[in-house]
Amino acid sequence: MSNPVESLYNIRLLDELAEKKSIIHNVHPLMKVLTTGAYLLVTVSFNKYQLSNMLPLVFYPVIVMSLADIPAIPIFKRVLPALPLITGIGLFNLLYDKSPVLVLPWITIPGGWVSFLSILIKGFLTILAALILIATTGMTKIALALRIMRIPGVFIIQLLLTYRYIAVLLEEAGRIVRAYSLRSAGEKGIKFRDWGPLTGHLLIRSIERAQRVYRSMCCRGFAGEYHTGREKGINTGDILYFAGWSISFLIIRYFNIPAMIGWLMMGVRR
Amino acid sequence: MSHHIIQADNLKYKYPDGRQALNGVTFRITHGESVGIVGANGAGKSTLLMHLAGVLFPDEGEIRIGEVPLTRKTLPLIRQRVGMVFQDPDDQLFMTTVYDDVAFGPRNYKLPEEEVEKRVISSLDTVGILHLKDRPPYKLSGGEKRAAAIATVLAMNPDILVMDEPTSSLDPKSRRRLITLLQGFTHTKIIATHDLDMVFELCERTIVLKDGRVITDGPTEKILCDAELMEECGLELPLGLLGCPVCNAKKTI
Repeated sequence: MSNPVESLYNIRLLDELAEKKSIIHNVHPLMKVLTTGAYLLVTVSFNKYQLSNMLPLVFYPVIVMSLADIPAIPIFKRVLPALPLITGIGLFNLLYDKSPVLVLPWITIPGGWVSFLSILIKGFLTILAALILIATTGMTKIALALRIMRIPGVFIIQLLLTYRYIAVLLEEAGRIVRAYSLRSAGEKGIKFRDWGPLTGHLLIRSIERAQRVYRSMCCRGFAGEYHTGREKGINTGDILYFAGWSISFLIIRYFNIPAMIGWLMMGVRR
Repeated sequence: MSHHIIQADNLKYKYPDGRQALNGVTFRITHGESVGIVGANGAGKSTLLMHLAGVLFPDEGEIRIGEVPLTRKTLPLIRQRVGMVFQDPDDQLFMTTVYDDVAFGPRNYKLPEEEVEKRVISSLDTVGILHLKDRPPYKLSGGEKRAAAIATVLAMNPDILVMDEPTSSLDPKSRRRLITLLQGFTHTKIIATHDLDMVFELCERTIVLKDGRVITDGPTEKILCDAELMEECGLELPLGLLGCPVCNAKKTI
């Protein structure tokens, strides 16, 4: 098991980043959710061989992260755990798609390699966009945006509580692992035969803890809805933010910008 | 001020595992009283508090807060009047900032944001941690967390404060600060604790529980000085009343 305390720190870092003040943090949550949605749609809509077309999509995370003052390395690190899964999915393309897409005098690049790379980039960018949304908005405000979008309250509360209980689960896991390692006579990790009891124990403890948290919420009038306080209205700047990005995504989607730049440069050369 | 009165009549409660936690608890607490609930582990203190806050409902018997019987229907009203501070402040602090945590209750009652802000500032100021309002709760010290947990409850403007082990895991200075803070509150206070010295300082009345029953209910001075009774209930005299560990001189009240 990777260090649960470190994971807890990681999850809290996103919450802390969401509390920062910046031009991006100030944008209305609904517009940020819609922009992220548009970005995800455009990213996954590219054909598996349109590798060069999707490259300009990289500008969205880069620009948003720099404007929001979000550190790149911790965010990239959070994308890494998903990469093995994405790689696993993409690997089959290497095996089954052997049609040549690029034939050079010294090498022939099969379609599988291009589509594999395309899946990797798509996966990386979509996860990155979701993390940036959480890091610049915060889960509570994302819930507010979902409420404005008329998503049923029960789903929103599920999302919020799941997010909160990840921290509860990690805290309990951290305590169990610490107690285990102190009595495991210097052995690294957790023995296979101990996994069952420890997992069961973790489940029971985190359920109990979650119940206590829920009780304390109920004692303060919680009735199934999170209230985020003063809700900022949507202004022209927010709409422009969404519109600006959406138009950019559409341009990226329908025009092969890297190729156009290439042609332009070649033209200049000639 | 009849709405500050708490009346418990013959409360009985059995946990799903069959353990009888409350076995006919009856008492009446009136406006402004500070009552200590003491007893050995498993005596039923925490279960009783959870009944008072409407977290658990008795199998038999009834609780009335003022004129209102505690039922599922009256729960929202009761929870506005009774503020419960949990044993572990981490259970009570789950938002991203202290401010949001303290505002959680008032916002649930859909108060205007100006009023919410006023209450949050006032509660944090009362417990002396206004400067920490923008900090994430998990970065606070034990004493600060406890103060924040109390502020979350104060922001609801409760008439009655119910506290489960408020001094547990606090260092001596934080404990002293908390006791001084609680001494300043005019609320009706019900405090379940093993900290008998705090009960001695804060509560003029003590209820002793044993095996889910009220063994005795009366003036704190009389009860906590009764060594035989304390022994019988799995407790001991408050440290402040024990003899000096060096010269063994006995203290007298």
